[in-house]
Amino acid sequence: MTDSKQLYQEVILDHNRKPRNYGKLPDATHRSEGLNPLCGDHIRLDLKVAGDVIESVAFEGQSCAICKASASMMTANVKGKSVADAERLVGEFRGMATGTLDVAKDANHLGRLTVFAGVKDLPSRVKCAILPWHTLHAAVQSQAVVSTEGDNDPVAQSA
Amino acid sequence: MTAANALKTPEPTSTFDVDRYRADFPILANVHPHGKPLVYLDNGASSQMPQQVIDRLVRYQTHEHANIHRGVHTLSETATNAYEHARRQIQHFLNAKEDREIIFTSNVTDSINLVAHGFGRAFVSEGDEIIITHLEHHANIVPWQMLCEERGAKLKVAPIDDSGALILEAYEKLFSPRTKFVSVTHVSNALGTINPVKEMIDIAHRHGVPIMVDGAQAVQHMPVDVQALDCDFYAFTGHKIFGPTGIGVLYGKAEWLEKMKPFRGGGDMILSVTFEKTTYNAIPFKFEAGTPPIAQAIALGEAVEYVRRIGLERIAAHEHDLLVYATDRLRAMDGVRIYGTAPHKAAVISFYVNDIHPHDVGTLLNEEGVAVRTGHHCAQPVMRRFGIPATARASFAFYNKLEEVDVLVEAIRKVQKLFA
Repeated sequence: MTDSKQLYQEVILDHNRKPRNYGKLPDATHRSEGLNPLCGDHIRLDLKVAGDVIESVAFEGQSCAICKASASMMTANVKGKSVADAERLVGEFRGMATGTLDVAKDANHLGRLTVFAGVKDLPSRVKCAILPWHTLHAAVQSQAVVSTEGDNDPVAQSA
Repeated sequence: MTAANALKTPEPTSTFDVDRYRADFPILANVHPHGKPLVYLDNGASSQMPQQVIDRLVRYQTHEHANIHRGVHTLSETATNAYEHARRQIQHFLNAKEDREIIFTSNVTDSINLVAHGFGRAFVSEGDEIIITHLEHHANIVPWQMLCEERGAKLKVAPIDDSGALILEAYEKLFSPRTKFVSVTHVSNALGTINPVKEMIDIAHRHGVPIMVDGAQAVQHMPVDVQALDCDFYAFTGHKIFGPTGIGVLYGKAEWLEKMKPFRGGGDMILSVTFEKTTYNAIPFKFEAGTPPIAQAIALGEAVEYVRRIGLERIAAHEHDLLVYATDRLRAMDGVRIYGTAPHKAAVISFYVNDIHPHDVGTLLNEEGVAVRTGHHCAQPVMRRFGIPATARASFAFYNKLEEVDVLVEAIRKVQKLFA
């Protein structure tokens, strides 16, 4: 199984080195922090929501390559989308990463994000990929800080 | 640990027939992660089990099992004898004075909690102080924090230098008339530092303070003699010394154990029970409430015998070869930084590759069959001391070969290439 190497090759080469939408938004309307205490992944997400639309989005933080690439692709994907569409993507991404959504069979809106389908075979890394999405969900729900552990465990929620 | 930049696998300086011992460990030959030979460098987290110990477990379950200490029938006597024999095997392994100084627990965490409860609740009160070090695993931090919180006592932490070595003078300065207890690790699980425990024990005793040593990362690597050390308590766990999970050991000087409160109440730890009063059993049984992990204790006895037969001096010499060679090779790689460079180290190497997160390194090393631990190693204060969230850690056992270091180095090179 060379899935993880393929995953790395496809995602890292681009997004880990040149993350999109990296930084802060001075005029953010929503802000949230995501933390995975098990590995120390820590990202900060800023959103500017106008009406129902995510007008701009930015992230920064310290994390592994899977988390950073996931965050980078997420921001590129949800920019300009409605909050409802973004939330739908959060659910689909979580389903893909935890194996409850089969991207080959089940209808979805993930597009290029399906490069992350391989993480379901790396159970110890699922949370790395989900953390940015979990943080996005928290930001639009106006939660300030989320953790991948305890009551907010995204993997447990979707199980 | 001097570093000649040897790039060819050197001739081992110790005469240690590693292949002969590897043959005892079926898992090393049976498992092929991603189709590659297993290079198991996660022994600090848990070691593998030799066939001799597996056979002992099977023999116990197929011929000897019953509950212990209470039956009059043959099987119960057989099981009781085997369990108590294991206690004596551990006694000899640690060179304890008496077998009743050996208590079976479930792991080191359990052993430390037993002392934090049994000693702490009996002898620690408001304003008292407990000393640990900056190198501790969470298992040797949290129980003391809980005790301090409950009692209004204070936790003091002995510092380390930039190499990860304990600063002995600073440790000694922490002692005050209020110091009631000291608990220190023998070997750091995150950095490999071997603490000068003999000196630390002598210092504690000069101040009239009892001291516990966490030997989770020590007993499988070097000879330990609790009488020579003169420590008051010593703990280790079964699954890091080629035995099963679910079994740990607490050695305690009889004089302390007798004065301490029981940890758990229940069966086996009593002499008599009425609804008005319970009389506790003698040590060690006072601390072994309920049916213990009988099979695991017996298998642990077999595991320490196995290690004794090979000889811990020889194991230490072979592992030192592994440490020196691996350190030299990793140091010679551009972009690889080693955390933990104390002069006295066990064969544990914590490292960082360029600026690549250790989790990414671990996932990709696994592709090459190399098993390392990544993360904070349940030692977040150590990680914070060095300003990093995590490391990748290669931790060796006597069954590892110098050639496996070469596989590790090659695999790291592939990670670097992928991220280049």
